[in-house]
Amino acid sequence: MTDTLHYEIVSPERLLKDAEAAMIVVPGADGDFAALPGHAPLMSTIRPGVVEIFEDEGAQPSRLFVKGGLAQISPKGLTILAEETIDLSAVNTDELKQKITDTREDIEDAKDDIERAALEKELAWMVALAEVVAA
Amino acid sequence: MPSLKDLKVRISSVKSTQKITKAMKMVAASKLRRAQEAAEAARPYAERMENVLAGLGAAVKDQPGASPLLAGTGKDDVELVIVATSERGLCGGFNTNIVKAARAHIQSLVKAGKTVKILCIGRKGYGLLRRTYGDKIIGHKDMSAIKRLGFADAHDIAADVLAMFERGEFDVATLFYAKFQSALVQITTKQQLIPAPLPEVANENEAGDELQGAIYEYEPDEGAILDDLLPRNVAVQIYRGLLENAASEQGARMTAMDNATRNAGDMIANLTITYNRTRQAAITKELIEIISGAEAL
Repeated sequence: MTDTLHYEIVSPERLLKDAEAAMIVVPGADGDFAALPGHAPLMSTIRPGVVEIFEDEGAQPSRLFVKGGLAQISPKGLTILAEETIDLSAVNTDELKQKITDTREDIEDAKDDIERAALEKELAWMVALAEVVAA
Repeated sequence: MPSLKDLKVRISSVKSTQKITKAMKMVAASKLRRAQEAAEAARPYAERMENVLAGLGAAVKDQPGASPLLAGTGKDDVELVIVATSERGLCGGFNTNIVKAARAHIQSLVKAGKTVKILCIGRKGYGLLRRTYGDKIIGHKDMSAIKRLGFADAHDIAADVLAMFERGEFDVATLFYAKFQSALVQITTKQQLIPAPLPEVANENEAGDELQGAIYEYEPDEGAILDDLLPRNVAVQIYRGLLENAASEQGARMTAMDNATRNAGDMIANLTITYNRTRQAAITKELIEIISGAEAL
């Protein structure tokens, strides 16, 4: 058992991070979970939320917003297949609010269930992002 | 026999063509490097996705209620053929080769009595297919406004394709694109997108080391993870195809323009020889005239 956890964050466009950390908090679909070194093998989908990376115990975590994806913990470490990541410092709150209202309107005007489902998915991550930024 | 002036004009026009092809070759070379980097950067995600799918898919595929994206709709009457080509020409046989492969595939499907629907990505393929299969084309994605291909672009295309699939508009989807091997070699590839093909057994062994070595806990459960993963896999595969295509296009253009530059060089050499010979002939003729005139006196 090692003291640090090897982790990789991969987006479809590139390998975002490939490093070691003491602990990583992942927003799993069934609730947040913390991945520590030697965690049992696990595969979980991720809901829109913040991944917190603690490089040292007790240190300030670096935060990264993930739109959704899949986390896989294997004996080799943690792999996060992120759909898209957003830098929290670059979020424009007003723009985001406008987008949320727009999407809500679009959902009401949606022609069929398939379109509505797609829009609701979009709305879910925007709302989650707004909550994180507001907090 | 062209006059001296004609030859001179001709030489200078070929020279300016050569300058253009040379510049295009250099531009293609630098674009190729960027496209190649993008394709390589996207590889880790696709590979890990494949690993996860290989492990999960094999377990779930035969169970009843498996996602139609994996198990298929049980029919293969209607096939959607997605043809990815470039937006611009002057890249040798790049577009023609992709379209040729797609056309052969479409023909065999039509012969087997199946319905074919075509979705074109890129302007060139649309132009080539419109004449023969105009009635079968259901859509055309214009990528000319996109400067740098992002995952979001592929995601949009995938969303459209998946919406069509959910409405039951087709049973099988195949993607045609050119896989990049080197600047000289691009392999036209046919890839099935829906239902998702599981990686080959040989591949599974590699993935298996990582996956089957440990007993996984699934959250929420295998089925739900797959339902989430499979639509994303379609987008990832399309994205990968488009990236490979972009790199191939630049590679093909580089090769084509290199050939054109060399041909122009040969042509200039030939024309210069003819020009010099004609000039010499004119001088000799004048001399003969003067000498014979002097002798006659």
